Amino acid sequence: MPLSRSARVALRVAAAVGFAVIYVPLLLVLVNSLSPDRSASWPPPGLTTRWWSAAWHSSGAREALWTSVRAGLGATAIALVLGTLVAFAVARYRFFGRDALSFVVVLPIALPGIVTGIALNSAFSTVLAPLGVGLGLFTVVVGHATFCVVIVFNNVVARLRRTSGSYEEAAADLGADTFRAFVDVTFPLVRSALLAGGLLAFALSFDEIVVTTFTAGPGVQTLPLWIFDNMTRPQQAPVVNVVAAVLVLLSVVPIYVAQRLSADTATASRV
Amino acid sequence: MALLTRTAGALHRRPRLRLALLLTAPLLWLAVLYLGSLAVLFVSAFWTTDSFTSEVVKVWSTDNFHELFTTPVFRQVVLRSVGVALAVTALCALLAFPVAFYTARVAKPSRRPLLVVAILTPLWASYLVKVYAWRLILSEGGLADWLLKPLGLSGPGFGLPATVLTLTYLWLPYMILPIHTALEQLPDNLLDASADLGARAGRTFRSVVLPMVLPSVAAGSVFTFSLSLGDYITVQIVGGKTQLIGNLVYANIELNLPMAAALATVPVVVIVLYLLAMRRTGALSSL
Repeated sequence: MPLSRSARVALRVAAAVGFAVIYVPLLLVLVNSLSPDRSASWPPPGLTTRWWSAAWHSSGAREALWTSVRAGLGATAIALVLGTLVAFAVARYRFFGRDALSFVVVLPIALPGIVTGIALNSAFSTVLAPLGVGLGLFTVVVGHATFCVVIVFNNVVARLRRTSGSYEEAAADLGADTFRAFVDVTFPLVRSALLAGGLLAFALSFDEIVVTTFTAGPGVQTLPLWIFDNMTRPQQAPVVNVVAAVLVLLSVVPIYVAQRLSADTATASRV
Repeated sequence: MALLTRTAGALHRRPRLRLALLLTAPLLWLAVLYLGSLAVLFVSAFWTTDSFTSEVVKVWSTDNFHELFTTPVFRQVVLRSVGVALAVTALCALLAFPVAFYTARVAKPSRRPLLVVAILTPLWASYLVKVYAWRLILSEGGLADWLLKPLGLSGPGFGLPATVLTLTYLWLPYMILPIHTALEQLPDNLLDASADLGARAGRTFRSVVLPMVLPSVAAGSVFTFSLSLGDYITVQIVGGKTQLIGNLVYANIELNLPMAAALATVPVVVIVLYLLAMRRTGALSSL
């Protein structure tokens, strides 16, 4: 479309404003973590790294971080197994209910978190409570794995659709049995998709708060739960600021690695 | 080793067995555990709670839904939630269009991939941190107040406008990305043809670009709408005393789980209806 010069300038300005709106809040979090003041008043009266060292020694934040890492690793491990299994079934076989299965995989992330959260919560309390198992880190892992499956599934299924099954057939023709063909041919083909999917699944689990609220037992506090708990406490505000700033900085990692590993799926898999 | 070879052979000859082995674990997890819990939740919406003991009474009744439709507070909150979701969607579409137009058609082609990454990156920043950022911006004496002070105004503070603003910020990338993709795939010769036929930029935009991009706007709106409708954390952080459906569900869980379940069906039903409406525009196939 032949755009006039003024239209191009207007679009350029609008886009610049748009990107500013997207990034200013994130930059504000970074600057605010250096503010000596406990309130969020702008501009900050000065800059200090005092709160960064205070946050480093905050046992609550450290413990929550460790809980989040364990929950994320557990959920990612389960999601990798389940997501890969479903992806192979959907991409390489035809069977009754295949479309329904792809739909069910997406459902946990498509429904509002609170619906998934209370559904799992009441299921856990009716099924696990009689067995003497209460809510704890285990139930958080189960909840997170449920909605992380779709991330791995999306990544692996996209890879499998782009690589035809003829590689495996060729391996079989050359005398490789089913396991051999998987180890030598199929696995190397999907390895980077698995890495990307696993990483993104971990990031999603690490960030989740709603399902976590309903599946975490007493005493189990992931990092988002800790932030939410301490956000309104003036005493803790500086440490929350630093934790928030760290999370902003860390958010570059999954996108960078995922882009490098499998450019085709990084966009689709957040959803 | 022989056993391994024999197993491999048996698996190779029986594709159905292979499929069964692939599907058993995921089906147990997703279909039994997850769909099972969902089903029980929706069935429990038809149970009631004994008002003296707070025990759940497992007798079929539609009391909860009756209460839902007749209590003015519930109706008000449902309408407000849908209104917020629609407002967020409209704002996202308005803001996303110029940005996507720039990244897809005005910016140098060599810069476009980087710009897409720039749109994507905030999606991976923590949800809670982004809401917290807006709490900082909108708090008293915060950035919003500071920016508006020269104009003699002050920021909106915490409340319904703050909620809409924050949700718009959270879901904006979900709207920019599909519009960007659609604009990028727009064939140049269509635009040339339109210009050859004498249309100016404005006419080409209305008659060629907009109809071809609309399905992508609809696709983006599926995210902005359903993510806003289910949210109850943002409104707790920046919404002041504002209540949305999610807050009502949350408030009822402890004392009246059947009522909470009935309330939780509302966003699900609305989202399904929205999806069905959007499917008619062909939006879902472009997801």
